[in-house]
Amino acid sequence: MTDILMPALSPTMEEGTLAKWLVKKGDTVAAGDVIAEIETDKATMEVEAVDEGVVEEILVEAGTEGVKVNAPIARLSGGTEAKAPEPKAAEKAAPEPAPSKAEAKSEPAAKAEPAPAKVASAKSGAGERIFASPLARRIAEQKGLDLSTLTGSGPHGRIIERDVKDAKPGAKPAATAAAASTERRGETRPVQSLQQMGIPEGSYDLIPLDGMRKTVARRMTDSFRDVPHFPLTIDLEIDRLLEARGRINKMLEKDGVKVSVNDIILKACAVALKRVPEANASYSPEGVALHHHADIAMAVAVEGGLITPIIRKCETKGLAQIAAETKDLAERARTRKLKPEEFQGGTFSVSNLGMFGIKSFGSIINEPQGAILSVGAGTKQPVVRGDQLAIATVMSVTMTCDHRVVDGATGARWLEAFKALIEEPLAMMV
Amino acid sequence: MDFDVIIVGAGPGGYVAAIRASQLGLKTAIVEREALGGVCLNWGCIPTKALLKSGEVYEQLHHLADYGLAADKPRFDFAKVVERSRKVAGQLNSGVGFLMRKHKIEVIEGTARLEKGTPAPKVVIAQKRGGERTLQAKHVILATGARARTLPQIGLEPDGDRVWSYREAMVPKAAPKSLIVIGSGAIGIEFASFYRALGAEVMVVEALSRILPVEDEEVSTAARKAFERRGLKFRIGATVKKLTKSKTGVVVEIETGGKTEALEAERAIVAVGIVGNVEDLGLEALGVKIEKTHVITDAHGATGVPGLYAIGDVAGPPWLAHKASHEGVHCVEHIAGQPPKNLNAPIPGCTYANPQIASVGLTEAAAKAAGRKVKVGRFAFRANGKAIAAGETEGFVKTLFDAETGALVGAHMIGAEVTEMIQGYALAMTLEATEAELHATVFPHPTMSEAMHESALDAYGLVLHA
Repeated sequence: MTDILMPALSPTMEEGTLAKWLVKKGDTVAAGDVIAEIETDKATMEVEAVDEGVVEEILVEAGTEGVKVNAPIARLSGGTEAKAPEPKAAEKAAPEPAPSKAEAKSEPAAKAEPAPAKVASAKSGAGERIFASPLARRIAEQKGLDLSTLTGSGPHGRIIERDVKDAKPGAKPAATAAAASTERRGETRPVQSLQQMGIPEGSYDLIPLDGMRKTVARRMTDSFRDVPHFPLTIDLEIDRLLEARGRINKMLEKDGVKVSVNDIILKACAVALKRVPEANASYSPEGVALHHHADIAMAVAVEGGLITPIIRKCETKGLAQIAAETKDLAERARTRKLKPEEFQGGTFSVSNLGMFGIKSFGSIINEPQGAILSVGAGTKQPVVRGDQLAIATVMSVTMTCDHRVVDGATGARWLEAFKALIEEPLAMMV
Repeated sequence: MDFDVIIVGAGPGGYVAAIRASQLGLKTAIVEREALGGVCLNWGCIPTKALLKSGEVYEQLHHLADYGLAADKPRFDFAKVVERSRKVAGQLNSGVGFLMRKHKIEVIEGTARLEKGTPAPKVVIAQKRGGERTLQAKHVILATGARARTLPQIGLEPDGDRVWSYREAMVPKAAPKSLIVIGSGAIGIEFASFYRALGAEVMVVEALSRILPVEDEEVSTAARKAFERRGLKFRIGATVKKLTKSKTGVVVEIETGGKTEALEAERAIVAVGIVGNVEDLGLEALGVKIEKTHVITDAHGATGVPGLYAIGDVAGPPWLAHKASHEGVHCVEHIAGQPPKNLNAPIPGCTYANPQIASVGLTEAAAKAAGRKVKVGRFAFRANGKAIAAGETEGFVKTLFDAETGALVGAHMIGAEVTEMIQGYALAMTLEATEAELHATVFPHPTMSEAMHESALDAYGLVLHA
């Protein structure tokens, strides 16, 4: 008998939602078969069977949120014969193809688990039991530690005194820095109910918080509160850019590639970051990290939230490649098929609301990045050239900077470099 | 490669390590120069318990009237008392032999020494049956144990006749009429208790300021009173200047606070500590670090010499069989790549005198010295129903809890059968119980163990029967 464990889909993943089962009790599976879909903060991933066998029991129902990494989710009975060494699955009863319309709508885990009394010992989520010694529980309670954020070093991963003694409340375990921090903080902040704030119950519909909403809430709250941020706004004339784009797209027409204004902005950001490398920075307690490459994250609105897939080493890529990548990433973002490594990390972000006619806006920094650029709509405006009034297509951009790494003058220099590239796209060639 | 693991020494550390190694599928050999089971089975823990039982039963015969019983003139046959003790040791010794066969562990009788080798030192064995055998294993575990410390320069050296170590004290031809025990640790106190039970005049000499110096001070004080009630005599804070043998026995010159005194007795037992068996093993040539006759190791028993480990008495105090077994199992599991189970498991200690003494964790003084604020609970057996019914009301249970976290940090007991109870607290500490779990645990009535519950309650002002 083998337990199938909740997989970690990324190094920082701590829990996820078991979105959907593709097998049921009694099904035969072979190694490599897709048996379930897991929804993490931002993506839906497929889980493959590692062993062959018959599904003896489904331990975690579809739609269960907050399933801890490494928790058993199903049980396989032994294979048909003595456990063959990892058969590279040829023949086997194929699991019926995932009924595509039944999308992984995580059922709101409404069946409130009977919550254990003590905060320190309970962990909301799926009400999964945390193994910890009585002493560890008590010390955690006294120090305000959330046991679910700790790793146990006792037998079978039990959390023991040693694990809680030196842990500090709010101290982010290195690996899970961003992910772990907020619910904890959220807990300490007194949250008033809507009723307390004068909104009667029944006057609204409540949409349960899914993984993405929680992550957005947490990361944005953390960033807005903890990062000393300031905006810098500048106007850019983009007529030459539009003209260049027209010519480029004509050239690429036969390849079926279409470069968007945003693709050119991404490229210009990357080149500007190489020219002003101080703006390509992250703050850490150990020092200011100056990144070797411009990994540009682009905000993509998806149903229920947003996600920021990344164009890695963007400064090294041509526009055609950037266009192809952004198209692919955006599509897969909308279908939630991104892999964690495709949206985690990044050194600089671009958020573009120009298509909605937004003139200008300031975004919230996506930690640990040092800055984010908010791109407004390009509109024809009267401009003064010399003493003459003229018409130009003008676009406002606002750079929000983390003052710990990007000072005002640094931000201004970066914008200057960026402006030069946008207003004369040929400069990107230099 | 001849073996995966060779273990040198078949005491409770070595033979248990061998069994665990075999369970983990390692090809294992064990080398023993004397007898399977080591000192523990043959000359220590086990045969002394047999002697002490005889002493205890005999002592009880003098209190039959307390129970409404009578017997005419109780006597003992000392030779038979010793014979029983040897039989018990023999039975267990052959039991270890059976366990070795059952686990397919090769037992090599002989004396081992180590030579440079890879991946571990070579083991060269001068075999009992003659000839030398050189074996190469992936891992070598030293479990050579320890022996009694002697101080020949002042005459503290067993001669097998009038001056004994634990070894001679276990098999004398006759019970001495009078005895001086030098050293009041567990070994000294157990022999003092045994020979006193058989009627000997016994004087215990201790250099430190109290008997059983490793125990909690309250326990030391209570133990001394209990022993004195049984007629044991003590010289505390007394330095032995010289032991000389006279025609009739021994003279021990001691100095107590500047005053000298000459104590006389038929026999003397030297129980002034333990030294590790580190000699003639070739350890120096291998570069093994040795300090105060003990091999220095890390938490897993590794010596720093590739492939060489040390466990049990030879790796340092506390010199206890169960500590050796625990280290042996841990070391082998480490070798086999298993994650450590619990490196910080507290090690209980037991003294099988009458009354018994048992403890685990920190003493009150040690806890305070470590800067911990403690809550102290006490419960005396005289308020325990079972103890009263059994006529065993001597002693008490003392518990120490961390004032901030409620962690049980130490437990100290003196009284009848407390050595059988201490593991309740050891389990609690290993599981990191707080006072809440001890309070919530149901203790069966009527048992002496109820005093363990009451003591934990008392630490928090909740005691029920006092």
